[in-house]
Amino acid sequence: MKNVRALIIDDSSVMRKIVERSLRQAGLELSEVKEASNGAEALAILATSPVELILCDINMPVMDGLEFVKRLKGVENAQGVPVVMITTEGGETHVVQALSAGARGYIRKPFTTDQVKEHVLPLVEGTK
Amino acid sequence: MNLTPEAAVEKWLPLLEHSTHEVFEIMLKSKPDPGQPVPLTGVEFTAMVGLAGSVTGILSIRCCDQSAIAVASAMLGMPSQEAGEHAWDALGELANMIAGNFKNKLDGVADKCVLSVPTVITGADYSFRSLSDVPPIQLWFRFRGKPLEVALELHS
Repeated sequence: MKNVRALIIDDSSVMRKIVERSLRQAGLELSEVKEASNGAEALAILATSPVELILCDINMPVMDGLEFVKRLKGVENAQGVPVVMITTEGGETHVVQALSAGARGYIRKPFTTDQVKEHVLPLVEGTK
Repeated sequence: MNLTPEAAVEKWLPLLEHSTHEVFEIMLKSKPDPGQPVPLTGVEFTAMVGLAGSVTGILSIRCCDQSAIAVASAMLGMPSQEAGEHAWDALGELANMIAGNFKNKLDGVADKCVLSVPTVITGADYSFRSLSDVPPIQLWFRFRGKPLEVALELHS
């Protein structure tokens, strides 16, 4: 898969780098990677910069990942863009909340490249 | 959790150890070696993540700057010389993942316990007082030859 523009949202810059590396190791060719440290920053980025894929943490200051996914429905640039949560919150309640709010995938930290392949690649294939 | 402090330590120590090993193996591609239960000297980094809900307490990681740099280097797959600026963030994320992995392995707890965002203190000139009434569950490791302590202080 080539020329995918991705937005990675996590309050840890280290984790953003790890997620980007995992996407590349999973076989995605990223033409552009935008980074945000919380949901509010991500919404501001999306207002001017469309992407094909969003990876999002849940526990973040300012605006958490669940709130971000809910608000994403009102962002014209983001309609149909798959969101995959990557988070330490592994409970079923969080999974259900995220998927109900509009997320398309859920990966628990710690995660492997194989999990990224399994949960992310099919979603991107569907949008390209 | 309806466990005595002693029972909680007996039950949760292996789980904390397993959770820690798993995070190291998956995210740092390297297993930590067992360390000695001795007081750490030259502690420069303390990363903390709070747990609140059916399990309440603090998970902390304490180590010297060289250990934190080694963690950042392994997590990011970059040379140690370049990893220093990421040390505090890497240690915070390590604490976050160990705490999350630990609580997700406790039966029925994952949904009833939430994590705080990590806090990382740099420097050693501070005192720490927990309101925990239970002795901490402590693990000592060596990672790339450098000591590192993982501790879980629970409130009963």
